[in-house]
Amino acid sequence: MTRVPLLSAQGLNVRYGAIQAVRGIELSINEGEIVTFLGANGAGKSSTLNALVGLVPVAEGRVLFDDQDITDLAPERLTPMGLTLAPEGRRVFGGLTVEENLRMGAYAVNDVDRRMAAWDMVYDLFPILHERRKQFAGTLSGGQQQMLAIGRALMCGPRLLLLDEPSLGLAPKIVGQIFDLIALLRERDVTLGIVEQNVAMALEVADRGYVMAAGRVVATGTAEELRQTDRLRAAYLGEE
Amino acid sequence: MDLFVQQTVNALALGGTYALLALGLAVVFSIMGLINFAHGELMTISGYTLMYCGILGVPFAVSVPLAILAAVLAAVAMERIAFRPVRGGSGATMLITSFAVAMILQVLFQNLISARSQAVALPQILSQSVHLGNVIIGVNKIAAIAATVLMLIFLDRFMNRQKTGIAMRAAAEDFAVARLMGIRANTVIAGAFAISGLLAGVAAVLWVSQRASVDPLMGFTPVLKAFIAAILGGLGSLRGAVAGGFMLGFIEVYLAAFLPQEFQEFREPIGLGLVVLILLFRPNGMIPSRFLGLIKV
Ligand SMILES: Nc1ncnc2c1ncn2[C@@H]1O[C@H](COP(=O)(O)OP(=O)(O)O)[C@@H](O)[C@H]1O
Ligand SMILES: [Mg+2]
Repeated sequence: MTRVPLLSAQGLNVRYGAIQAVRGIELSINEGEIVTFLGANGAGKSSTLNALVGLVPVAEGRVLFDDQDITDLAPERLTPMGLTLAPEGRRVFGGLTVEENLRMGAYAVNDVDRRMAAWDMVYDLFPILHERRKQFAGTLSGGQQQMLAIGRALMCGPRLLLLDEPSLGLAPKIVGQIFDLIALLRERDVTLGIVEQNVAMALEVADRGYVMAAGRVVATGTAEELRQTDRLRAAYLGEE
Repeated sequence: MDLFVQQTVNALALGGTYALLALGLAVVFSIMGLINFAHGELMTISGYTLMYCGILGVPFAVSVPLAILAAVLAAVAMERIAFRPVRGGSGATMLITSFAVAMILQVLFQNLISARSQAVALPQILSQSVHLGNVIIGVNKIAAIAATVLMLIFLDRFMNRQKTGIAMRAAAEDFAVARLMGIRANTVIAGAFAISGLLAGVAAVLWVSQRASVDPLMGFTPVLKAFIAAILGGLGSLRGAVAGGFMLGFIEVYLAAFLPQEFQEFREPIGLGLVVLILLFRPNGMIPSRFLGLIKV
């Protein structure tokens, strides 16, 4: 079966001045899949996601989304096309209310019906956000802020949602809730790319994964395959 | 007591003008980290528009909106021509750019209009006053306070209810993430400049209404004061800018009114000393911005 991936990157390189964070990565995400990106701190996972959505420039390589070349497109152009990212560290707008945060998430959606559907979906997935909608986002707990960050990203009705470390710094019980949610999102036809430190849980929800070390992909395969290879552990230990 | 009421009205009128100017500086600063020293020249442009309208016999009710519009258009043009090319540059680069813009405009005013102060025709009513008991209040003061209140209400509504206003608050907090929402950098930055122009235009009309004259350096002093007010309130914080503007207005007016005669000479240094004293206790200003120090653009 040959199908065109929803998103693919070829020979992706990212540099910050003299630092080369991503070194010639190949990756693809198919419609309906959950793909996870694993690897130790500093492996280049965030740089990869940020480059895909145009937050950091692509030094070399090509990114295709839905058969279009999006290599040099700014993030504000990609959101309306259905590609967005919930960035590492949540980064909710603390001085805006929960409702205002979500409203900003739907900023690019002009169709009223689609916007209403997004409000319904997000408040349905996260009743707590509805309860707290008048509260400033800065006053929410870490777990609630993460839910808001994901909810906000969902408001634009993305076809592909990238999540950068959604479980970062959360209590184990909350982490469980976040992963339950990720499983729910799959049922709602959202394709997901997830960067995670929590390898076990990530491989449990994901279909496939990429293991990164020092800016390169050092292993790839189905979640099942990755669970069994040594390369995964090697990548975390910094060997290649 | 009557004198106190009267001076309080004066302080509100002056402080309100400072507040509008400081707010204009703060809106731009909060979004792109630029302290726009050419903000004063937006005032001057409004002032000259009023002057020319007066010469041409345009009714005041028409020349006021025209003067405000001139400042808005000038602010948007300033962003487009001077600040867009240096966007994302260091704070110093942008600051120097704004100095350059201010100087170029000042030289243009001096050479194309006049280096000297020009009279601005104002309607009679502005120089009249109303008597409330024993208190005499100038109509221009009442107009200034009313205009300030209306502008603050308008801005509050805009920033809290309008999609573009909320997007400006979001962008001020985290520009990169705002862009992830589909918010365009050009939209919020042009919006910030348009609002700063609107505020400078209104402030200019109020300023000229108290003085009936305009000169090429007209904007310098009030914007320097507004800058002090913005720092006093907490640079980058909109509420802080308003609080700082009023605080500075009160300090100046009360010192002028109630400081003993022999100290009047030292009024300005005493006033600035009070500002320094407040900053000593609140180094980030009275109402600090929570987001200062985060990356812009
Ligand atoms: N904005 C930046 N400026 C300079 N270096 C950066 C920046 N962001 C990341 N890096 C560097 O790039 C490398 C990859 O970082 P990152 O993509 O954040 O990795 P990960 O998300 O896998 O932890 C690291 O060496 C990091 O120090
Ligand atoms: Mg990371």
